[in-house]
Amino acid sequence: MKFLDFLRNNTVIVDGGMGTLLQQRGLKAGQKPELWNITHSKDITEIHRDYYSAGSNVVTTNTFGANILKFSEEELEEIVKSAINNAKKARDCFSDKDNKFVALDIGPTGKLLKPLGDLGFEEAVNIFAKTVNLGEKYGADLVIIETMNDSYETKAALLAVKENCQLPVVVSNAYGQDGKLMTGATPAAMVALLEGMGADMIGANCSLGPDLLTPVIEELLRVASVPVIIQANAGLPRVENGKTVYDVSCEDFAHCNAMLVNKGVRAVGGCCGTTPEYIKLLSQKCAKAKPKEITDKGITLVSSYTHAVEFGSQPVLIGERINPTGKKRFKQALIENDIDYILNEAVSQQEKGAHILDVNVGLPDIDEKAVLEKAVYELQAVTSLPLQIDTADAIAMEKALRIYNGKALINSVNGKKESMDAIFPLVKKYGGAVIALTLDENGIPDSIDKRVEIAEKILFEAQKYGIDKKDIIFDTLAMTVSADNTSPTVTLGALKLIKEKLGCHTSLGVSNISFGLPNRDAVNSTFFALALENGLSAAIMNPYSVDMMRTYYTYRTLKGMDENCTDYINHAQEFTLSFEKQTISQGSTEYGSELEWAIEKGLKDKAAQITKGLLKTEKPLDIVNRDIIPALNAVGAGFEKKTVYLPQLLMSAESAKVAFEVIKSAMSSNSQTENKGNIIIATVHGDIHDIGKNIVKLLLSNYGFNVVDLGKDVRPSVILEKTLEYKPMLVGLSALMTTTVPAMEETINLIKEKAPWCKVMVGGAVLNEEYAQKINADKYAADAMEAVRYAQSMS
Amino acid sequence: MSTVLLKNFSELNFDRKEILTYMGCKEADGEINALLDSCINEVKCKLSYKACYCELKVDILDDICDFGLFKVRSSSLAQYLNGCKKTVVFAATVGVLLDRLIAKYSKISPSRAFALNAIGVQQIEKLCDMFCDSIEKGASKKFRFSAGYGDLPLETQKDIFNILDCSKKIGLTLNNSLVMSPSKSVTAFLRID
Repeated sequence: MKFLDFLRNNTVIVDGGMGTLLQQRGLKAGQKPELWNITHSKDITEIHRDYYSAGSNVVTTNTFGANILKFSEEELEEIVKSAINNAKKARDCFSDKDNKFVALDIGPTGKLLKPLGDLGFEEAVNIFAKTVNLGEKYGADLVIIETMNDSYETKAALLAVKENCQLPVVVSNAYGQDGKLMTGATPAAMVALLEGMGADMIGANCSLGPDLLTPVIEELLRVASVPVIIQANAGLPRVENGKTVYDVSCEDFAHCNAMLVNKGVRAVGGCCGTTPEYIKLLSQKCAKAKPKEITDKGITLVSSYTHAVEFGSQPVLIGERINPTGKKRFKQALIENDIDYILNEAVSQQEKGAHILDVNVGLPDIDEKAVLEKAVYELQAVTSLPLQIDTADAIAMEKALRIYNGKALINSVNGKKESMDAIFPLVKKYGGAVIALTLDENGIPDSIDKRVEIAEKILFEAQKYGIDKKDIIFDTLAMTVSADNTSPTVTLGALKLIKEKLGCHTSLGVSNISFGLPNRDAVNSTFFALALENGLSAAIMNPYSVDMMRTYYTYRTLKGMDENCTDYINHAQEFTLSFEKQTISQGSTEYGSELEWAIEKGLKDKAAQITKGLLKTEKPLDIVNRDIIPALNAVGAGFEKKTVYLPQLLMSAESAKVAFEVIKSAMSSNSQTENKGNIIIATVHGDIHDIGKNIVKLLLSNYGFNVVDLGKDVRPSVILEKTLEYKPMLVGLSALMTTTVPAMEETINLIKEKAPWCKVMVGGAVLNEEYAQKINADKYAADAMEAVRYAQSMS
Repeated sequence: MSTVLLKNFSELNFDRKEILTYMGCKEADGEINALLDSCINEVKCKLSYKACYCELKVDILDDICDFGLFKVRSSSLAQYLNGCKKTVVFAATVGVLLDRLIAKYSKISPSRAFALNAIGVQQIEKLCDMFCDSIEKGASKKFRFSAGYGDLPLETQKDIFNILDCSKKIGLTLNNSLVMSPSKSVTAFLRID
C-alpha cells in the first residue's frame, strides 16, 4: 500500500525518539549519530524494530543530520543507504508489511539562512536536494522534514523535496512556548507556506510536551486543509541521581495525544525522550480511533515570515506605493539602485496600517528580474508584512516567488490563455494566492455577466492545475469614471456577483477610478466604501491617504468589525495629534534656523516638515547650504570634541538625510545634488555585522559622497568587480571578528593589485592603526567622522 | 554521559545606565532617553531568554584541558579550571528576532540599530549572570570564561557547539567564520567550587 492511501483511512502512528535510545546504547555527546547507521547497523535496526513492534506505522531513518555540510558525498550516500536498509530490515521482521512505512528523516542544517546567518537560500536547497535524491534512490516511502525552527529553511527543504522526488512529504516544525517558530512564524503562516507548496501533512514536533503544544495543534487544525501530525517531546529533561528523566509520563503522553486525535490530528508519534514504551501506549490509545475526515477549510491565506493575513473577516489593505508609475523620485531611486528608498516606503506603509505590500519595480531601463528579486530579498528583511509580487514578466515573478519567505500574493493573472499558462504553474509550484483580472483576449467586457464568465473560465483553468478557488482573488477592474460614468456600476456589480455566485474573494485597484479628476482622494474613498459594501475583500490603495484610511476605519466600525470602536478611536486621536504637531512651531534662538535646530536635535519628522515648508519659498540648494550643512558640521564637530555622543550624531544624520530626501523629491531629476565622488563600502566575507558600516554610509552620503553599499558578507572578488565598475576614489571595508580579517586582507591585496589607484579605508571592532598597516590598508578610521574627514581630504 | 539541559528565563531588567554605557553615553538628554524608551518598548516582546548547558569532567595536564569528548590547549583555561570541583559549559541567547530588528533599523535608522544593539548586549550579559546564578545556587563560582579570553582559541566554539547541540536546543548557530547567529549570544565555561 502507498503511504498516502494508508493515511486516507487511518490514524497513523509514527515512531518516537532516536537520540535518547542511542545514548543508552553508548553514543557520546558530540558524536555523530548518523555514522551509527554504518558502524552499529544492528542497534539501529533493533530500535526501528522495537518501534514497529510498539505499533508504529512509520519509522524515521536515523538521518536527522545527514547532509553534505557534515559529511562528504561518499559518506552521505553510504549513510542514507544504510539508514534506509536498517529500517527496511526491521520491517522485514514482520509479516504484515502493508501498514509499515520507512520515512527519510530530514532535520535542519544547523545553520541560519541569510540575511541573518551565512547560508544562502539556494545553497540550502542544494544541500537538502542531495539527501532527498539519495532517499528516493534507496527506496524510502516518504520524506519527513522535521524540527525546523525557521520558515525559510523549511521552505528550502520542501522545495528540494518537490523538485527532486515524487515521494509524499510531511513537514513538521519546532514551535516554542510562545506558539511561534524561533524566527517568528505562527502556525497559520506555516500552513499558508507549506500547504501552498504542496506538503501532504503539516505539524509540530520537538521542543515541548503534547500539553504545551496543544494550542499550536489546535490552530493548525483550524486552518489546515491537509492532515496534521504531532510528535511531541516527553516534556523537558532533568537529571535525577545521575540519570536523565523527562517530566511527562507514558500515560500522560498517550492521554494528551489521544485528545488531539479526537480533535482531528491524523498522525501521532514522539520526539526527544520518548521510547517504544511511550509509542506502545500511544498506539493502544490512538490507532483504533476513527480518523476524522480531512476537510478543505476554504480559508484564503497569504503569509510573511511571521504571520498570515486571512481574507474575509476584515477588509485587507494592500499598500500600492512601491511602484514607479507616476513617481519621479521612485524612478530615480530605481535607476540609481537606491534600495533604501524602497525599504523606507515599505516601513512607512506598514506604520500607516497596510496589511500587505505590493512590490512593482518595472521600468523600461532596468533589469526587472534582478531588481525585483533583490527588492523582495531586502524588503523581507525590514518588513514583516506579506508581499504582493507585481510584475508582467513571468521569469521575474518566478525568481521573486522562489526566494520569498512565505506565501505571496501574486499580481496578476487574467483570462488570456497565455497569462494562465505562464502564471498557474508558478502558483502551483511555489504556492501563492493570485489576483485574477476579469479580462481576456477580447479585452475588458463592459457587462457584468461577461466579466463573471471570464472569472468562471479562470477558475476552471486553475482547477486543472489543482489550484483551489480559495487561492484565486478576482479583480473586476476599476475603470476611470471620468471616461465612462457607467463603469463603476459594472465593476461593483461583477464584484458582488463573483462573491455571491462563485464564493471567491475580490480585490480592486481602487485609485484607478478617479484618474483625471480633481480631489481624487474623495472619489477614491467613496468608491472604496461602495466596493466594501458590495463585498470587496481587499483594496490595492494608498495608505498615506487620510480619506482612504478614514473610510477603512469608519466602515469597520459601522459593520461591527471593530469592538468598542477601539481602532476607530485610536485612528481619530492619532490624526488629531499629528494635525496639532504640524501647527505648532518650535523654533529656538540657540540655533541658526529652525531646520538647523531640528537636525541638531535629531527630530526627523520635524526636519521633513520644516524642509517642506521652506521649499515653498526658497531654492533647494540654499536650504542645503544655509541650514543642513552647518547643522551637520556643528554636530560633527561636537562629536569630535566629545560633547556629542554617537547616538546623537546618528539621530542628527538621519534627520539631515530626511531633509535631503524631501529636497531630492522636490528637485527635477536633471538637477542632481552635488556628488563629491564615489565610495564603495562593504562588510567583508564571512562577517555578518553591519551596524558600523551602515553608520559610516549614512554620514558619508550626508556629506555629499555617492556611496555604493555592497552589503555584508561580500566576497573579495565581488568587491573588486564593483571597484572596477564604479571606479571609486575610496573603498571602505568593515570587519568585526578576528576570523574575518584575513578576508579583509585578501580584499585589500586584490584591490592593490588590480585597481592600484583606489585607496582602501578600514574600520571595525577588531582593528587598530597598527593592524590596519599590517594588512596594507591606506587608512584606519576609528569612527564615522574620521571616515568622513578622510574622504573629504581626498576630494 | 552528560545530558544537555535547558533553562528558560522570563523578561529581564533593562538597566538603562548600563545600556547607556554600551552606547558610549556618559549622560542622556531628552532625545536619547526618548530613543531608548521607544527601543526598549519595541524590543520587549521580541526577546526570548534561553540557555542550554551540561556538566563536563575535565583532566588538566599542563596547558591541556581534556574534557573526554574534546581537548583544548589553553593555559588560561587550564588555570581557570585547575582544581575545580565542577565544570559547566553553557550557551545562552536572547534570540534571533532582535537581530531582525537590528538588521531592519540598520538599513533605515542606524541610531535605532545602535541603541538596540546596546540593549541586546546588556540583555545577554544579564541573561548569563542569571544563568550562572541559577546553577548550583549558593556554590562559589568564578566569572564565566569564553572562547577568545586569554589564549583560549575561538575554534573551541566548534567543540562547544558540537557538545551542546546548540542549534537544536536553543536555535543558536555558528558560521564558518565562528560568528554566532543570533548575534546576542554567549558560550562559556563556568567553574563551580
